[in-house]
Amino acid sequence: MTAPLDRNNLVTPMKHVRKGLPHDSAIKHVTGKATYIDDIVEPLGTLHVVPGWARHAVRGRLNAVHLEEVRAMPGVVAVLTAKDIAGINDCSSAFGDDPVLAEEEVLFYGQVVFAVVAETREVARKAALKANIDVAPLTPILTPDDAVAADTTVLPDYQFRRGSPETGLQASSEVLAGTMMIGGQEHFYLEGQVAMAIPQEDGGMLVHSSTQHPTEIQHTVAKVLGVPDAAITAEVRRMGGGFGGKESQANQWAALAALAARKTGRACKMRLDRDDDMIMTGKRHDFKVNWKIGHNGTGRIRAVDIEFLSRCGYSADLSLGVNDRTMFHADSSYFYPDASIRSRRLRTDTCSNTAFRGFGGPQGMLAAERMIDAIAIQLGKDPLEIRKLNFYDGERNLTPYGMPVEEHEVMHDLISRLEVRSRYWERREEIKAFNETNAVLKKGLALTPVKFGISFTLKHLNQAGALVHLYTDGSVHLNHGGTEMGQGLYQKVAQVVAEEFGVTMDKVAITATNTSKVPNTGPTAASSGTDLNAMAAKLAAQEIKSRLVTMLCEQHQCGPEAIHFGDNKVLVGEQAYSLSEIAKQAYVSRIQLSHAGYYATPGITWDRESVTGRPFYYFAFGGACSEVTVDTMTGEMTVDRVDILHDVGHSLNPAIDLGQIEGGFVQGMGWLTTEELVWDEEGRLRTHAPSTYKIPTASDLPAEFNVQLYEGDGNPQETVYRSKAVGEPPVMLANSVFCAITDAIASLSPGLLPNLDAPATPEAIMKAVQDMRRRRSSS
Amino acid sequence: MRDTIRFLKGGEIIELENVGPTETLLDYLRLRRRETGTKEGCGEGDCGACTVALGRLVDGKLIYQPVNSCILLLGMVDGAELVTVEDLEQDDRLHPVQTAMVDLHGSQCGFCTPGFIMTLFTLYHAENEEKSRKNVTDWLAGNLCRCTGYRPIVDAALQACFEATDDAFSWRSNDTREKLQLLADSRDIFIGDSESFFSAPATLDGLAVLYGQHPEATLIAGGTDVGLWITKQLRDLPKMIWLGRLEGLDRVEESPSGVLIGATATYQTTELAMTRLSEDLGELWKRIGSKQVRASGTVGGNIANGSPIGDTPPALIALGATLELQSGDGSRALPLEEFFIEYGRQDRHQGEFVTGLFVPRLSSNQAFRCYKISKRFDQDISSVMGAFRFTIEDNMIVATRIAYGGMAGTPKRALNAEKALTGASLDDPSTWGAGMQALLSDFTPLTDMRASAEYRMETARALLAKALMEISGTAPENVRVLTRREADNDRAA
Repeated sequence: MTAPLDRNNLVTPMKHVRKGLPHDSAIKHVTGKATYIDDIVEPLGTLHVVPGWARHAVRGRLNAVHLEEVRAMPGVVAVLTAKDIAGINDCSSAFGDDPVLAEEEVLFYGQVVFAVVAETREVARKAALKANIDVAPLTPILTPDDAVAADTTVLPDYQFRRGSPETGLQASSEVLAGTMMIGGQEHFYLEGQVAMAIPQEDGGMLVHSSTQHPTEIQHTVAKVLGVPDAAITAEVRRMGGGFGGKESQANQWAALAALAARKTGRACKMRLDRDDDMIMTGKRHDFKVNWKIGHNGTGRIRAVDIEFLSRCGYSADLSLGVNDRTMFHADSSYFYPDASIRSRRLRTDTCSNTAFRGFGGPQGMLAAERMIDAIAIQLGKDPLEIRKLNFYDGERNLTPYGMPVEEHEVMHDLISRLEVRSRYWERREEIKAFNETNAVLKKGLALTPVKFGISFTLKHLNQAGALVHLYTDGSVHLNHGGTEMGQGLYQKVAQVVAEEFGVTMDKVAITATNTSKVPNTGPTAASSGTDLNAMAAKLAAQEIKSRLVTMLCEQHQCGPEAIHFGDNKVLVGEQAYSLSEIAKQAYVSRIQLSHAGYYATPGITWDRESVTGRPFYYFAFGGACSEVTVDTMTGEMTVDRVDILHDVGHSLNPAIDLGQIEGGFVQGMGWLTTEELVWDEEGRLRTHAPSTYKIPTASDLPAEFNVQLYEGDGNPQETVYRSKAVGEPPVMLANSVFCAITDAIASLSPGLLPNLDAPATPEAIMKAVQDMRRRRSSS
Repeated sequence: MRDTIRFLKGGEIIELENVGPTETLLDYLRLRRRETGTKEGCGEGDCGACTVALGRLVDGKLIYQPVNSCILLLGMVDGAELVTVEDLEQDDRLHPVQTAMVDLHGSQCGFCTPGFIMTLFTLYHAENEEKSRKNVTDWLAGNLCRCTGYRPIVDAALQACFEATDDAFSWRSNDTREKLQLLADSRDIFIGDSESFFSAPATLDGLAVLYGQHPEATLIAGGTDVGLWITKQLRDLPKMIWLGRLEGLDRVEESPSGVLIGATATYQTTELAMTRLSEDLGELWKRIGSKQVRASGTVGGNIANGSPIGDTPPALIALGATLELQSGDGSRALPLEEFFIEYGRQDRHQGEFVTGLFVPRLSSNQAFRCYKISKRFDQDISSVMGAFRFTIEDNMIVATRIAYGGMAGTPKRALNAEKALTGASLDDPSTWGAGMQALLSDFTPLTDMRASAEYRMETARALLAKALMEISGTAPENVRVLTRREADNDRAA
């Protein structure tokens, strides 16, 4: 699989690629000139759409929906119910189980039953409160345990199995077992869900949507309106954050805006209030994990048996891929000789959990780190020693799903460099000394690895298209199927295209993602945005360039090696021409200066049915070392120092990559510490605003925060300029914070594994601390 | 009487006749002016995406404060210079804080960025600010970013905000001062009619008359609570009386006996006086809301509304604060704890309003501690808030005032624990147990999204123990996770 490294890529000086250029919109961001959907100048007479729901119901049958008072409110133009849907009442990605508007049943707290269309957003919001919805309540199924007891799932169970874990566990010298709860996470993109639909001629609709997946917006709107896909165009210039929360979750609002626009004939905008957004849209899956692990007495793993009970919510949404990815990452970076990794996709009467940066991977890896901590604590060894003892290596390099970890040396090298940079072993001693002299405050330290599989595990999504035009003045129009949500994709792709054409960055016009330019695209997800779209754009640029080269070779009777592109010029032998001259010549010679590039990731052979083949093109690696202090009287915690080393191959843009690493880490840290989703006993989400749901703020930054890119030989696969994907992997660097908290609590009673659940809020920490004290006094 | 509001924007005076009683500044900017640089992220003053700056003259000095425009009423801009992100560029040149944010890669998705820029703009103009990470993160606590992890934004602040001011606002500051002085008058503002109005009386007597005529009107001081009644509860509040123009009601008077806080004094303007009362109180003040919330929010308003979201009342109660109220019929004072009758109900009569609060100073034989426990360090609401004042003679506790938040429907004194601890010895921890035990009979806390009843009770006891450990010196080592004071040293830039 591994292709030989193209050394030319390393020695040829790059003009644009590998440069830490600012985000393409940085100046527009800081001046407030970057246009988000709600900032687009509205067509005259634009109406506003607000969702209406049964504000107390969780699960139940709709007895009656009285909307008379809603309609009667001055300024209300229309009220939409399921009856207004000419097409299919579904906004799901694949499984057909996400009603746009409830018909007979309310399936979860926050399900949309109707939508108000009014002259102003304020009127629509106030009118929506006037509905009288009578729901006959049913006892809801809320927790993983409830769902297991009721045996209710959204998708069939799935399993990876290697060897005989039963025999393996029997043959182990020591077998440890436990249960762990892992909480979900709200995306909290700063720009909430929003869409604006503008009616076009012939029944068409232009839909501006804050979405990671314009093609799915197009398909969903067409399906709901009952028109061909070709009648719908979806466009997005940028999102104010996505994080997976706008992969499928943007569909419903685009569909409702379009439905309203169809009904009224006017432009319609739907922007969710933050509370509605948090209540109605899906989140990161929360899990109950039952694990069992056997080792040989010195800490080398013999067999594992893990059961992932995942709360998927009322519908399947993207839960298949999410839970598969949990299983793919249940090994973290460790070799399991015999393994059973089982996954149940539980159906609960809660919002439908969805994609969130890491896509199930973080939960799988966290469970693995818990098992390692268990072994280390039982043996009284340092957890890092046990981690390294079980790392994949030259011989033991097959994952439980059969893919080899080819770059195990990178993993080893990265972790040992981090060990040195973070002064792990010296600090271990310092922390021991601190804990011996401090009764109330306890410090903890952990160094954990990241190995993240890059590619969509749904094979067909690993394709992308780009549309590149060279104009006769030498400027370039760039368009592709990837969406910009802050990750810097547009800039990275533009750097690649500028590099190919040898033009300065100002010659490359970045344009909004639009389904009428590049069709049939996948979501911008799975960290693959750059791998796929930059490659498609590169191929498009190369094709146009090669046409120019062919023309010039004929004109000048020279070989292609005599032709060079750079500084907005084309060198033919010693003769320099401006690119615009060459482009004009090509135009006059009737040579096409536009190309639709297409790329499909090679080498992916995963077959889910038979559990065979290769799911990932490659792995991205990283490591983080975190130190925390825990107050064992109150459960308060601070992160004192974090050192990160992360592998992005040869970076396309080190500044953007560093931003992804730092931001991903902090987001992961929030997931595992302050961000707690709380439902009440009736199943109503109680944390639906930033007043109650706490994402990290600036003072949560580690006091000392050292982040570096790993300097290695680049991606052994032939990715774009040997770079590696960076969107999701850094989230899992935050596992080190959770393990450090575990380590701090473990110091209270050597030999006992803390039963710490995620997120490690002050209350969760205190629960684990008190549990340690109880077990110590009873042992 | 004036039937308009007047403010300064981009060097020009703007006068508006049409000001709805509940119209927010954000809606004015985005919907009426079509200036869309200012964003709505949450609509409740927690994320800071809508941050704008308001410049006002304080003792003749031009001070810029960051505020959340989503929960600030348009009428409350009266008399100020309003600065939004659109105003910062001069002749197509970026402002120094904008340049730093671009150079240091401080934006990713960019949606929160204008809000950060405006907070950084106010820090850029603030005087005598300590150049430290700790201080910067305190300034930035009210701006949420979900992309960057904050490091580059903090670095941008350190790079740009501590230089001598050199921007269009500093160049024309004399002109701005003159214009703001022109705008300052002592007329009552009344816009609307007797059924629906925005008003801002300039005198207490004027307020008493107006409120007497419209006792159902909404009194608004900083708007950090009332704003949410509008944006989240969608309440119809047709009659709005803003207290921000009342002369002298925002006073903060320090005396040897204590501090008098006028009802409309903000958290920001009282912070220094509170720090002088007690270091712990100063710490607590810094953890109330955010810069934006503290710039608008008032101590008096928080008490008067009986907001369950109040972290200061327990501390003020433990310190023995008294509340002063006034109506057309006269004025009265009462111990703060007596004002809070039960959840959502306060001892405030029809037509009566809070005028101030008096917080006595600690005497030399008194020790005070307060602790705020929350999921997040900054800009969060406590799950448990404990405040303790011990009067000590010969290492014996002779009197105590203990108050908690988060343990009942209102901020409440722990009377049984106070009693049980009287006579306890600081030298003998075995005499403290009865106090801790008594908390069980003082409180029956509830479980909610912030914490469980069990955790609250356990933590209430732990905080009392911690206070005693600290005061008695029985704990040989530090018993707090990184406090701001230590952070000062650790994070000094």
